[in-house]
Amino acid sequence: MKKSPALKTYAIAYLIFLYAPIALLPIFAFNDSRVIAFPLSGFTTSWFVEMWNDQQLWIAFKNSLTIAVSSALFSTLLGIFGARATTRYKFPGKGGILGLIMLPLVLPEMIMSMALLVILIGMGVKLSIFTIIIGHVLICTPYAVAILSSAFQSLDRSLEEAAYDLGETPASTFRLIILPLVMPGIISSLLIAFTISLDEFIVAYFLGGNQTVLSVYIFGQFRFPQRVPSIMALGFVLVCLSILLLTIAEYFRRRGIAKTGAKDTGGFL
Amino acid sequence: MTTEKPTMIEFRDVQKYYGDYHALRGITATIRAGEFFSLLGPSGCGKTTLLRTIAGFEDISSGAVLIDGKHMDGVPANKRPTNMVFQSYAIFPHLTVAENVGFGLRRDPRPASEKAKAVAEALEMVGLKGYGARAAHALSGGQRQRVALARALILKPKVLLLDEPLSALDKKMREQMQMELIKLQRQVGITFILVTHDQEEALVMSDRIAVMFEGQIAQLADPETLYRRPNSRQVADFIGTMNFLPAKILSENGVVEVEAQGFGRLTLAADQVMGSKTTEGTSIGFRPETATILFDGQVATDRETLATIEEVVYYGDMTYYDVRLDGTEKPMRLSMRNVFGRPVLDIGTRTRVGWSPGALVLFR
Repeated sequence: MKKSPALKTYAIAYLIFLYAPIALLPIFAFNDSRVIAFPLSGFTTSWFVEMWNDQQLWIAFKNSLTIAVSSALFSTLLGIFGARATTRYKFPGKGGILGLIMLPLVLPEMIMSMALLVILIGMGVKLSIFTIIIGHVLICTPYAVAILSSAFQSLDRSLEEAAYDLGETPASTFRLIILPLVMPGIISSLLIAFTISLDEFIVAYFLGGNQTVLSVYIFGQFRFPQRVPSIMALGFVLVCLSILLLTIAEYFRRRGIAKTGAKDTGGFL
Repeated sequence: MTTEKPTMIEFRDVQKYYGDYHALRGITATIRAGEFFSLLGPSGCGKTTLLRTIAGFEDISSGAVLIDGKHMDGVPANKRPTNMVFQSYAIFPHLTVAENVGFGLRRDPRPASEKAKAVAEALEMVGLKGYGARAAHALSGGQRQRVALARALILKPKVLLLDEPLSALDKKMREQMQMELIKLQRQVGITFILVTHDQEEALVMSDRIAVMFEGQIAQLADPETLYRRPNSRQVADFIGTMNFLPAKILSENGVVEVEAQGFGRLTLAADQVMGSKTTEGTSIGFRPETATILFDGQVATDRETLATIEEVVYYGDMTYYDVRLDGTEKPMRLSMRNVFGRPVLDIGTRTRVGWSPGALVLFR
């Protein structure tokens, strides 16, 4: 097929539009000026020091981490149950139940947050990290179910039967055969849920009460122009962490494929 | 052919429903200890379902399955004295060959060194000596099959169940594995139950075969009986090729007097008369190799009929002729072994066909 120069230009423009703003993060994180503008005025690492010494930031970071790890664990666990049930069993109302589980995927987060807020306050639950976790599990579970369903789906049913046939119980079969074979899916699900929870804003803002998480804290800091350079430094650190996380996820995915001899059908991202 | 051996598996009026679908319609049969038994039939006939009721993967709706005299009702698959070779082999892809073969020994109290020895022996038995450390997913189809066999046999089951184990192999490999399986079965003396849709495979490998159609056993017999005396046109059609000619019964008393198209008046013994369920009407059947084309100077051993050759298919060692006997409407297939110096006849040739009443079967 003949290559179209117009399409090529479009593709390049698209990529620049997508990634150029991110490229600005490291530039201004090391720029020796409180004003975010060209020309650059010199090199400094003082924004990183300022960031490091920000006690409020550390609290928000710890909160975010607690929420992201808990949400990832809970939603992946629920995802395992959901995926196993939908791929292995037939029961009445299966389609409807699956639809309800997947609903948060298309439902505006604002609506979900408002509904949760009304209910939680009505029940007298104090807003805290815990209430954010509830909201995030709700958002992350559909992703976990989708990722894990495809992992469970690709599992040959007769592998399970072979294990029973060779004397194993359903529980030991799950541990010895099913779990190792869906492990790449579980790791993917954990990482995706972690990432979604970490940068989620609306639920965290609505249900956080007086507890601040990273995303909400960063947004708040933009009200103070003199704080912006250290936020740029924080953004740069977060980009580096994301790249690291993705590399780890891809490494485990490829290792899983190599181990079972399956065909590589592309990444989960 | 075989002396009567004790019963290993007994089906007592086994019924199986999937919702409204009646998958097994009253299976009653016994499989003897040490026998190579095949369940043969077209896809959807219930043969795999029946095999899975032995393994414990399917519950039965009513009736009973007994293994070695014990009722299997409520006994789960992991507590049954059977092991299975799956159609997909079901090799655990994340384990090595040795871990796969030794998987069933996990609950065995013997020390690890003895278990390792048992694994090595099992691998040697299936011709995979020294393959233990390999990754299971890196094996070829034939090797996977052998690993699946070793993994099932290491537990010394009373019954080995084989669910179309050769269907994924190419023809050469399949024939080689057939011979190896027969040898292996004689060596270990375990009852083998094979599910297959390949009639040739069943004939080659089995001591006895149950031919199944639509959830029922149509005929259970040794290969020779099944081939020479199929008890219905359906079985005769499924096992090999059989030619049919319309016939009319003239009289019966001990022997049966018949008027058959093309063959004329015949007297058949009682054991040549089969079935009472035919919907196609009474007919005479014969196998392609039981009638021969008579070349110049050859004399029929029994009877002969004039015929015209309508189609010739040359196979190297064999030639198949479709010939129309005088006084009949459709051609009959004959298979002739090619002999050096004898020509392959052309389409349209008039010829004599030699046959014997003893090789005929009457379906009514």
